[in-house]
Amino acid sequence: MSIAGIFEHPLGRLGPDALPFWQMLQHPTEGNIINGCVATGAASMVVIGALVMVVLLTRYRRWGVLWSDWLTSPDHKKIGIMYVAIAFVMLARALIEAVLMRAQQAFGLSGGFLSPDHFAQLFSTHGTIMIFFMAMPFLTGIINYVMPMQIGARDVSFPVLNSISLGLTAAGAGLVMVSLVIGKFSTGGWFGYPPFTEASFSPGVGPDYWIWSLTLASLGSTLTGINFAVTIYKERAPGMTLMRMPLFTWTALCTSILMIFAMPPLTVATAQLALDRYLGFHYFTNALGGNMMNFANLFWLFGHPEVYILILPSFGVFSEVISTFSGKVLYGYRSLVMATMAITVLSFTVWLHHFFTMGQNANMNAAFGIASMLIGVPTGVKIYDWMLTMFRGRVRFTVPMVYSFGFILLFVLGGMSGILLANPSVDYQVHNTVFLVAHFHNMAVPGVLFGMLVAYHFWFPKAFGFRLDERWGMVSALCWIFGFMAAFFPLYVLGVMGLPRRTVAYSEASYVPLEWVAFLGALLILVALGSLLWQLRVSIRHRDENRVAAGDPWNGRSLEWATSAPPPEYNFAVIPSVEGRDAFARAKEEGCAYQSPDTYRDIELPRNSAMGPVTGAIGFALGFGLVWHIWWLVILSFLAAVTTLIVRGFARDTTRVVPADEVRREHLRWIAAVNATTAVSRVDECRPVNDGRARYEAIGVAP
Amino acid sequence: MSAPLSDRDQARRREFHSYVWGAGLALVLTVVPFALVHWGGIPRIDLLVTIGVLALVQLLVHFRFFLHIGFRQKREDLQLILFSALLLTIMVSGTIWIMASLALRMTLAAQP
Amino acid sequence: MNREAVRHPGLNLGAAHGRDDEAAERVMFGFWVFLMSDAILFGMVFATYVTSVHATAGGPGPHQLYDITSVFVETLLLLASSFTFGMASLALKYGPGKGRLAGWMIATLALGIGFLALEVHDFTAMFAAGGVPSRSGFLSAFFDLVPLHGLHVAAGCVWLVCLLGQIARYGLDTQAKLGVMRLALFWHFLDIIWIMIFSVVYLAGLA
Repeated sequence: MSIAGIFEHPLGRLGPDALPFWQMLQHPTEGNIINGCVATGAASMVVIGALVMVVLLTRYRRWGVLWSDWLTSPDHKKIGIMYVAIAFVMLARALIEAVLMRAQQAFGLSGGFLSPDHFAQLFSTHGTIMIFFMAMPFLTGIINYVMPMQIGARDVSFPVLNSISLGLTAAGAGLVMVSLVIGKFSTGGWFGYPPFTEASFSPGVGPDYWIWSLTLASLGSTLTGINFAVTIYKERAPGMTLMRMPLFTWTALCTSILMIFAMPPLTVATAQLALDRYLGFHYFTNALGGNMMNFANLFWLFGHPEVYILILPSFGVFSEVISTFSGKVLYGYRSLVMATMAITVLSFTVWLHHFFTMGQNANMNAAFGIASMLIGVPTGVKIYDWMLTMFRGRVRFTVPMVYSFGFILLFVLGGMSGILLANPSVDYQVHNTVFLVAHFHNMAVPGVLFGMLVAYHFWFPKAFGFRLDERWGMVSALCWIFGFMAAFFPLYVLGVMGLPRRTVAYSEASYVPLEWVAFLGALLILVALGSLLWQLRVSIRHRDENRVAAGDPWNGRSLEWATSAPPPEYNFAVIPSVEGRDAFARAKEEGCAYQSPDTYRDIELPRNSAMGPVTGAIGFALGFGLVWHIWWLVILSFLAAVTTLIVRGFARDTTRVVPADEVRREHLRWIAAVNATTAVSRVDECRPVNDGRARYEAIGVAP
Repeated sequence: MSAPLSDRDQARRREFHSYVWGAGLALVLTVVPFALVHWGGIPRIDLLVTIGVLALVQLLVHFRFFLHIGFRQKREDLQLILFSALLLTIMVSGTIWIMASLALRMTLAAQP
Repeated sequence: MNREAVRHPGLNLGAAHGRDDEAAERVMFGFWVFLMSDAILFGMVFATYVTSVHATAGGPGPHQLYDITSVFVETLLLLASSFTFGMASLALKYGPGKGRLAGWMIATLALGIGFLALEVHDFTAMFAAGGVPSRSGFLSAFFDLVPLHGLHVAAGCVWLVCLLGQIARYGLDTQAKLGVMRLALFWHFLDIIWIMIFSVVYLAGLA
């Protein structure tokens, strides 16, 4: 490409046909109009949502607050909250897409209302979003918020890097959102298999959107993983040995390790696909020595550890929640830690089970099949540990526990179907049918999503200082659980009946009744999401009745409950010193939970930095330029990225100090408030009388 | 002999020698396989094995003398390296195994 | 012999540097973790290369394209640069002053640039001989692996210049010291990657 060529097309291949209603106006056939209306409706939701945000921020003059209190903040708690906010927005979009797909299939007997292309975009964005822009930000946000406090640290090891990771993830999510309005997303599924996604079969911008949004997000995740792992290794409070860490922190550590080592294969796969598409390389093409099978290999080398990246933090959340709401020590802590570590290693040895049918020899399939069954063992260990934690405990039926029961039951079912699929000869029968769709949703929805929603309910009072409404939470939880059952159990049957996955239409009338059950289930899940949002609204309105400023609404066990709610930005006025597992439960038992030390010290905190939002903006511009071949934008944003890094290298004076006096004043104020708070028994846990201080009730403490 | 050296000077001299040793060994380990390939004369399979072994030895030399990795340091660094080596082995050998099997079976299928 | 405790991989600053030595622990560990992640990245690219080494699709192969003498010189340049960076690390730890450190760093930079120049020369020769990446799967894999290392070296050179700038501007403060130490790890790591490339790509390719 010549220099002149760069400026010849200032907008690259961006033209009016990128708009979602263009085709409908040019060729107004019935199909085009329906698909155009659906796409335009979705696009206008994005545009209107963005406009409403801008108007509200301007109207209430919150731009400054947004910039200085949130976007540039290196505080791990705020970064965590922003991650979760992204996750909820993306969840809403991907869930609506899911409902649309189920609707299409319910009407899909020889037709339906969506075009195959549109349907393919729906399942591609649904999968991409749910994995990379819902589950990943959600768990990253929760770990960000909770983990540093659980180990008694003031922040993560590299706070500004944390903010950069958030920026990159947000940039990737932004690209996916923009693809609704400008151009089209990939039709190649969330794993984007070539040769279909090669330039010769998908010449449009779709796979490029997919490539660059994933690349941005996976870069962010790698950096996050490094940050978390170093934090857990190097920032633990004195006395917090590895085997004294709360189980959630253990799972956070293992997830971080997986992120560090599993993201590079994805980066290699997407980068090679990009080189194929942009520069005519031959990694995965049909001709000239390309080998598309290596893409499947590379992608699942990432993809399988990825599912454990998603599930492990949930396991940690369930461990904390079940132990807390059973009023008991977590049963088999050591075995849970061992199981988590075993899963971490084993997850790198099973990737071939995603392509049993690709044609490698049978012995290899057998080896990976056995490894896949083996990984079920440590997971089974965990299930027993959780049940034994509840056994003879005083189980309280709060919203997180209802989710946990749903999780245990459904997850075991899903695991069983997984063991079936781990057998290559069975896999050959149901491969590429909706049986598989049912299986992995059965792991991902009760496992990952329920876990994250539990975490949201459990730690929300810590983050915002008031509890979430129990009644609407219960409605939502039951809708999720039963909606899930209705939506996905039929797919097992349909899969065995032979319905292939990703089918826009079918000609077998016997599929119709079960498709309708699944559609109704999807609607029920939509109700669940609606109640979740409504719950938030109700809770905010009644926040004053549900305040828990003392900070310990659930009679918690680990250190994050040992500060106020919301916590000060430095988390702990004095870094706690840890003498055993369940440090806070132990302190409460010994009656030394809320004490003020003799001396306070100055606390050094990182200054706000624009690195995060700036990197995010540059990443977005770079991705957008690459997608649309706007080369000047690509060059400019690349130079901007390099310059930003260099300038940051020259930055000094990056910390500020909170004086000891201020720390002392704040801490004593909180201690006084705690002392003025009546301790409530667990019976009143969900009533307004719970102000965040737990009455002493015999709770077991780990050795 | 000169006057006794201070601890700091001793440490400095020791670390200097470490780099010299590293560079020397690395040089030998680079030149030998290069010479073998350049001037030839060994059967191909033996040559490949020799190259592989010498490369691994040189890897250890670099780790030891340039990156100062040993068994006496903080354990988590060593754990990290060993864990990375394990995963690298699994991923690379798994990839080669799978792709080789596929390639073999593709050529089998192509034959009449 | 009384050796100091080793806090992290690479040459430690030692207790004489006080707070800088303490601050190094988490930063160096973090960077080391990043390098291990990068090693996986290289590992996958290596695996891609090894599995497509026969996919020449009738185009030129290793024997037609590789110039072993030039590559051998490149290897020696990188080896020498690892040694000079080692000397820079010693100068950072023991002084005196920053002049000696800057001298060794500039020597390293010169060797790095020499390596890059020779590598670009190699690639140009390969292009001239019809060895372009879009020719075959083998050449695609080659131009993924070797230039990826080259890009890393180029980034290292830019980083080195920036560090010289920081030292000139702020002297040897904590951040500059930690920067030099991380770059040292990076540089030695790239040297190891190059040894693998030299052995797997060039020597084994021509054996």
